[in-house]
Amino acid sequence: MTLLTVERIKLFSTRSPWWCMILATVLTVGLTTIFAATVKSQDLADFDPGTTQFAYNFGLVVMMVMSTLAVTTEYRFSTIRSTFLAVPTRTPALLAKGVVVAGLAGLVGEVTAVGSWGLAKVIQPDAPLSLNTANEYRNVFGVGLVYLFASVFALAVGLIVRQSAGAIVIELVYLFLLENLLPAIPRIGDHIQHWLPFTVGDNFIVANQTHHADGPPVIEGMPFGPWGSLVYFAAICLGLFVIGCALAKRRDA
Amino acid sequence: MIEAQGLTKRYGRTVAVNDLSFTVQPGRVTGFLGPNGAGKSTTMRMILGLDNPTAGTVRINGKRYSELHQPLSKVGALLDAKWVHPNRSARSHLRWIAASNRIPVKRVDEVLEAVGLTSVAGKRAGGFSLGMSQRLGIATALLGDPGVLLFDEPVNGLDPEGILWIRQFMHRLAAEGRTVFVSSHLLSEMALTAQDLVVIGRGRLIAQTSTREFIDAASESAVRVRGPEMERLHGVLTSQGLTVRDVPDGDDGPAALLVPNASTDQIGELVGKVGLVLHELSTKRGSLEQAFIQLTGQDVEYQAGRPGVPGGGPVAPPQAAGGVFTPPPANATTPGGNGR
Ligand SMILES: Nc1ncnc2c1ncn2[C@@H]1O[C@H](COP(=O)(O)OP(=O)(O)OP(=O)(O)O)[C@@H](O)[C@H]1O
Ligand SMILES: [Mg+2]
Repeated sequence: MTLLTVERIKLFSTRSPWWCMILATVLTVGLTTIFAATVKSQDLADFDPGTTQFAYNFGLVVMMVMSTLAVTTEYRFSTIRSTFLAVPTRTPALLAKGVVVAGLAGLVGEVTAVGSWGLAKVIQPDAPLSLNTANEYRNVFGVGLVYLFASVFALAVGLIVRQSAGAIVIELVYLFLLENLLPAIPRIGDHIQHWLPFTVGDNFIVANQTHHADGPPVIEGMPFGPWGSLVYFAAICLGLFVIGCALAKRRDA
Repeated sequence: MIEAQGLTKRYGRTVAVNDLSFTVQPGRVTGFLGPNGAGKSTTMRMILGLDNPTAGTVRINGKRYSELHQPLSKVGALLDAKWVHPNRSARSHLRWIAASNRIPVKRVDEVLEAVGLTSVAGKRAGGFSLGMSQRLGIATALLGDPGVLLFDEPVNGLDPEGILWIRQFMHRLAAEGRTVFVSSHLLSEMALTAQDLVVIGRGRLIAQTSTREFIDAASESAVRVRGPEMERLHGVLTSQGLTVRDVPDGDDGPAALLVPNASTDQIGELVGKVGLVLHELSTKRGSLEQAFIQLTGQDVEYQAGRPGVPGGGPVAPPQAAGGVFTPPPANATTPGGNGR
């Protein structure tokens, strides 16, 4: 418990987490608001809960950056050493950081998702935006869980790389280039795509829907259903985090 | 008490610390002395469990650092005053560290008060001057009211007032029965601060003794004599087989004679027997820097092409001391040789 308090004090006693939270919220909720306000009346029937989350990746990346910085700035300013002096077994301190940072990312994800959907419903009361099916609930409330595990992924990369710029570049290249380009490889590309963690993580939100023009991309033939996808995504992120913690414990601080 | 046993640390091909064994006793200030790159900081990081030793062990009151429960209440350390997030306030910085070891929040204000930072407690630490950062570092070390304290070059870059403050602070901590281990690359500073010394060069132990003994063994001592009849004085001393050097009128005072390896008792009696008048009879010591260079001579890592000086035992002061130390004037009086 005390270590959770420590990480909470650390996180909120600098300004960058606040900026990241504000930016993530403004980006996702703002873009959705603009989208909702400009949707054409003939497309209104397609404006469903899934569509209100089209911008969630922007907020996700911002919260991943925040998570990485929560680790790498500690290395940059050597406060990680003060942390390890206070908790020489190291792992409990890193777990506490994981819980606090990923928890906050999850919370922000949930708030932005519900905010985007709620505002869209206010702006377009005639659109089919009510939540009835399990799919529709996951469309909105599932976003927070993806944020949470993506944050764990980002923390892990921070622990492994220990350097802000390097870690963030690796994450962005992976997210925006590799996950998008690997599927383009002939013949095996499709098979690779079905196992890419963030693609599978996204499948947790959109699985079992039919794709339509404005809606989120839905990939056919994924190996897991929605909850299986989440478990797979979580396992990859947590596995990476375990590797990061093991490295941090073994290496000289 | 801190006990190191065969402590060794390799970084790739550099051996930063080499088979180092020493003990640091409570109730005294122990200086950890060595030239730049000797391995002082590395040793301190190993004591604190931040770096893993390649070989050997180090124990604090019989336990490894990683085995300590709530370690900040047992060991306090200032390794680098910059280990602070620049955008965090001094109080927030201390608050999270206190929380990590269940140290009550009111202790934060106490240590801020003790180091005189109360008025800037809410300011961001990034804007602190070196002296203020150093004080914040000391406040951090004191937070858990620990019995063992480690300071790595705490006076580096401080003004005389700050240096004096830290020195007195350490004396007070040791007087309270705590173990105080403080590193420095200046023997002259350690002579004023530490009662015991652990001296290393190139990661190896050179000496572990009291400061007094180290200085006595290391520095050449000589007797300075002066009187109205210098010619006769010279004759009397040389007739007894003593080496006598003429010291011209200079910074040390009027022209005089310098007799190495003699005592004031011996010379006083000698001169008394022949009924000569003396205006001065005093002991002069080689400077501490000379002593230090002599002992660590072969072990200075970054020396600027200087012929090797034979180590150990009192030998003639090195003629050209290059590298990181500026050659001090010959036979300066020992600073703070007594009155500790
Ligand atoms: N993390 C590291 N990686 C590689 N080499 C290192 C590392 N830390 C220290 N060294 C090397 O180990 C040696 C001892 O360094 P250390 O910092 O312990 O010396 P020091 O006695 O504290 O010196 P100074 O008086 O300059 O602070 C040096 O040669 C240094 O270059
Ligand atoms: Mg050092």
